[in-house]
Amino acid sequence: MAEQNGLRDRLEAIRDEIRQSVRGMDSSKAAYDLRKSFLDSKKGKIGQLMKEMKNIPAEQRAEYGKSVNELKNWAQERFDELDRSLKEKEMQLRYESEKIDVTMPAVKMRPGNLHPVTLVREELIDIFAGMGFEIFEGSEVENDYYNFTALNTPQDHPARDMQDTFYLSKEFLLRTQTSSGQIHVMENSKPPIKILSPGKVFRSDDDATHSPMFSQMEGLVVDEGITLGDLKGMLDLFVQKIFGEQTTTRLRPSYFPFTEPSVEVDVSCFSCGGAGCSLCKGTGWIEVLGAGVVNRKVLENCGIDPDRYSGFAFGIGLERIAMLRYGIPNIKLLFESDIKVLKQFY
Amino acid sequence: MLVPLSWLKDYVDIDVTPQELEEKLFSCGFEVDELIETGADIHDVVVGLVEKCEPIPDTHLHVCSVNAGEHGTFQVCCGADNVREGGKYPLALVGAQVIETAKDHMTVTGLMTIKKGKLRGIDSEGMLCSGTELGLTEELYPGAGYNGLLELPADAVPGQDVKPIVGLDEWIYNIEITANRPDCQCILGIAREVAAALNKELKMPATDYTVTGTPNEGFSVTVEAPDLCPRYIGHYVSDVKIGESPAWMKRRLALVGNNAISNIVDITNYVMKEIGQPMHAFDGNFLRGNRIIVRRAKEGEKIVTLDEKEFTLNPENLVICDSEGPVALAGIMGGLNSEIRSDTTAVTFEAAKFMRDNIRRSSRALGQSSDSSAAFSKGIYEYTTVLAMNRALHLVEELGCGRVSATHVDVNTGNSLEKREMKASVRKVNGVLGITIPDEDIIRILSGLQMEPVLNGDELTIKIPPYREDMEAYPDIAEELIRMYGYDHVKPTFLDSARVTSGGRSVRQKAELEIRKMLCGLGAYECMHYSFFSPSDLDLLRLPEDAPERKTIRILNPINEELSLMRTTLAAQMIAAVSRNQKKAILEGRLFEIGSTFYAKELPLQDYPEERTTLCAAVFGEEEDFFTLKGIAENLAELLHTSFTFEPVQKTFLHPYRGAKILRNGEEIGWLGQLSYEIQKDVDLRVPAYLMEIGLYHLEDCYGTTPFFSPLSRYPDEKRDLALVMDREITCGEVEEAIRSACRYVTDVTLFDVYEGAQILTGKKSMAFTVTFTPGEEDFGPDAVDGYVDKILRKLKYTLAIELRS
Repeated sequence: MAEQNGLRDRLEAIRDEIRQSVRGMDSSKAAYDLRKSFLDSKKGKIGQLMKEMKNIPAEQRAEYGKSVNELKNWAQERFDELDRSLKEKEMQLRYESEKIDVTMPAVKMRPGNLHPVTLVREELIDIFAGMGFEIFEGSEVENDYYNFTALNTPQDHPARDMQDTFYLSKEFLLRTQTSSGQIHVMENSKPPIKILSPGKVFRSDDDATHSPMFSQMEGLVVDEGITLGDLKGMLDLFVQKIFGEQTTTRLRPSYFPFTEPSVEVDVSCFSCGGAGCSLCKGTGWIEVLGAGVVNRKVLENCGIDPDRYSGFAFGIGLERIAMLRYGIPNIKLLFESDIKVLKQFY
Repeated sequence: MLVPLSWLKDYVDIDVTPQELEEKLFSCGFEVDELIETGADIHDVVVGLVEKCEPIPDTHLHVCSVNAGEHGTFQVCCGADNVREGGKYPLALVGAQVIETAKDHMTVTGLMTIKKGKLRGIDSEGMLCSGTELGLTEELYPGAGYNGLLELPADAVPGQDVKPIVGLDEWIYNIEITANRPDCQCILGIAREVAAALNKELKMPATDYTVTGTPNEGFSVTVEAPDLCPRYIGHYVSDVKIGESPAWMKRRLALVGNNAISNIVDITNYVMKEIGQPMHAFDGNFLRGNRIIVRRAKEGEKIVTLDEKEFTLNPENLVICDSEGPVALAGIMGGLNSEIRSDTTAVTFEAAKFMRDNIRRSSRALGQSSDSSAAFSKGIYEYTTVLAMNRALHLVEELGCGRVSATHVDVNTGNSLEKREMKASVRKVNGVLGITIPDEDIIRILSGLQMEPVLNGDELTIKIPPYREDMEAYPDIAEELIRMYGYDHVKPTFLDSARVTSGGRSVRQKAELEIRKMLCGLGAYECMHYSFFSPSDLDLLRLPEDAPERKTIRILNPINEELSLMRTTLAAQMIAAVSRNQKKAILEGRLFEIGSTFYAKELPLQDYPEERTTLCAAVFGEEEDFFTLKGIAENLAELLHTSFTFEPVQKTFLHPYRGAKILRNGEEIGWLGQLSYEIQKDVDLRVPAYLMEIGLYHLEDCYGTTPFFSPLSRYPDEKRDLALVMDREITCGEVEEAIRSACRYVTDVTLFDVYEGAQILTGKKSMAFTVTFTPGEEDFGPDAVDGYVDKILRKLKYTLAIELRS
């Protein structure tokens, strides 16, 4: 009996010792050592008790083994618990030590971007390519015939005053309009013709709102029975894609030598919806392009029978569209290659 | 063109507001740039009757009691010398706005609002005004030029708004006239359009006169160049008394921007504004030989024009001569010798049609222009010559400044001034528009345009007035109809009758877009620069005299020297772009441009030049060097499924030891390198820049190529690192080439270290490479790769004296 009490006391002492030492523990390494000092099968205190089993009288052995096992299981649970809580605590510390200031700057990995005029040009190409337009890029240097005469603007015609031309020789000049592309295409193909002709054009004009070089995109459709209504229909579709679904167009009379009738095309102001604002100068409308029904003389000049075929053409200023679309206040910004400007069009 | 509403109303009853008229003009093709209200800045100025006027002692001032009718009676101090009891003057009430003038009372400095004030301790409620303070001039209202109070007519009612009395209720339309409508470069022309748009009758100006003058016996006109002058009308007026024009005429001329000169000259200017026909008046006594000859100038012939400039002429110039020589540059300006003077007693009026293109060319070639030459350059229709002459003679009679004689000479080539007939199919006309305009509207619109339409089934017959030479075919009729009918009637359709076409970008356009996007992906921003540049750009690059880039095409009429040459390289403008960025403290960046360079086949230009699509890229900043830019070049090669090689090159604008030419299949396609320090200094770069230019036109054969799959080896690659010692001058490229050629299983050679220093002999360097061996059909045997390495080392030793580093 006394022996039994002795055993109980010994076990209880170990329990107390474990309880005591676990309490102050703050590192998992020390906890590991502690666990070993009790549970190691050779050197641990509980291990020792197990080893003493063989010295216990046979009739008490079962009881002894049971008590020691209970202690061992209890101790294991305590140490597991300790381990978990320490690991948790240590993870927490690690996280805290790795705290960052998320408002610090990102690591730079931004790509560059296309020029705003390219963005507009490619978008327009996508829209019109989907309608079956082929893309034709003429040359920047053009001769007088293609730029003017074939477009019903002979030498000394007052319409030449509409565009101040850069001349390279008596015959060659910098094209003033992508309309010159019309002639090249019509001379070399038969209707149905649907051509989109983007490119740089040049006029001797350099002030706050004019640049001596800018970009245009000419569109041309020639087939049987093409009407002004078809022009309006196509432009309606185009402006809705560019400026938004609710945009409408307004045609008003104008004059270009190569179209008859000729129109200026205004779009309802996409900023104020037509109520009048600073963008549309209070009119509710913004002028975006010139267009018209291809002049019979132009068709004739290209060997296309004007009694059988008709067509329409339109010319869009790409800088103007880009400026309207992105709110760019000054055309000169487009040619200055200021990275702070360019990077805004990503 | 300036069109005063009051003048327009002489010919049309206008019953819409000035703003509604602006809308009407706009919708039928006449854009109003500006609608000016003459008295817009002036308000609350009324007729004031000075009932009492007492001098303020020791001053030039008067204190007045001014009756302003319904507004009350006010005490006003006034400093003008012409203020008197019983006088009626403009009174600016307290709160009124008038023109502010400087101390001289004549120089306009801005606008001012009238406040209650005190002058010399005496209260003043309001201000009596001068003409200048209302924005008037002597021409606009008689007496307004006086430096003192503006005297108002005796019948002006005190308290009445002063603006209608002095003509400050005027509206002026500044209208943009398109090049196809020279007939609308005059008030009457606009009136015709307004009448049609408002469905009103057009009242023609009076053109009647009575012959009372003394004829000019023996006067003759000979036209020796009818090709340049199809019509010439001369008419002689006797008993001329040169003097001032009446106030109404001076006012109208002032409203449209003309100075009054003298009655006879004012008549010619008035008629031009009204009818559009430039006219000229010669001193009738001065024409030597009493004759006019219209001919081409003789080579070297001289004339001094009214503005005292002398011109030396040639047969391209048309002149009006008397029996001795030129008295006018036809259609451009009169000669000083036949000018109207204050003592002129007889004049010969000229109304002629000179050919547009000739006047245009002469005016440009001589650098001499006038309102007249501007009008002829836009085109004058023969119809107006007769109308204008009759109108001028009527005005002579109306102004009483001369007696119209019977001496009238009309030389013409027999052109009809009658309406001409045109027939068209209504179906075709409507076909242009895509809608059907109702027959009654067709008749209404064309009648309003004086075209006397007759509709017979599908056949429309119209009579085109002689001032509508722009009407040529049925699309013109369609345009006339739709601009009056309204473009809002056009119904959008979507190519109902057109055939389907296949569209899209060409292979080249697709490839160029891919290249742009790839460069953006590498952090570069796309730029766009002008196609022309400066001779100084070529100097900046220090290009030698015989460099191909120096063979530039010159613009004959550049804006300035900086924009005078078609560019032969994109580099100069790219350097400028880098410089602009660095000056704005942007010290790192990547830029590129794809654009054309221009090379003439021969100079001067005989044929279209070559336009070479070229890529230029620049990188600058701490992280950048030659090899980052080279990486961009190699990315381009990979995108196009090709490869480039690089060889050292010396360029005048590059660092002498950091430049390379770029080759593809042995062909030089471009260059890259660090910008020379000299240029870096020239353009104030703070950090070095690296530039590259590649002629994309060399690469078009790789556009649109499709990648072809190569099967992967079933066995893993083997890698070996080789540290090699060699002469300093041996390049990485040479070693790489030697390694590759030594063994066919080598699929990659990558340099990973270069060392020069103490552990290596002087004049030598060490380069370390990782060599990758890729097995073929069978795996490498246990010692195979070691054998290949031996073979490589032997080859290196044999060809380049390269040793393995021990």
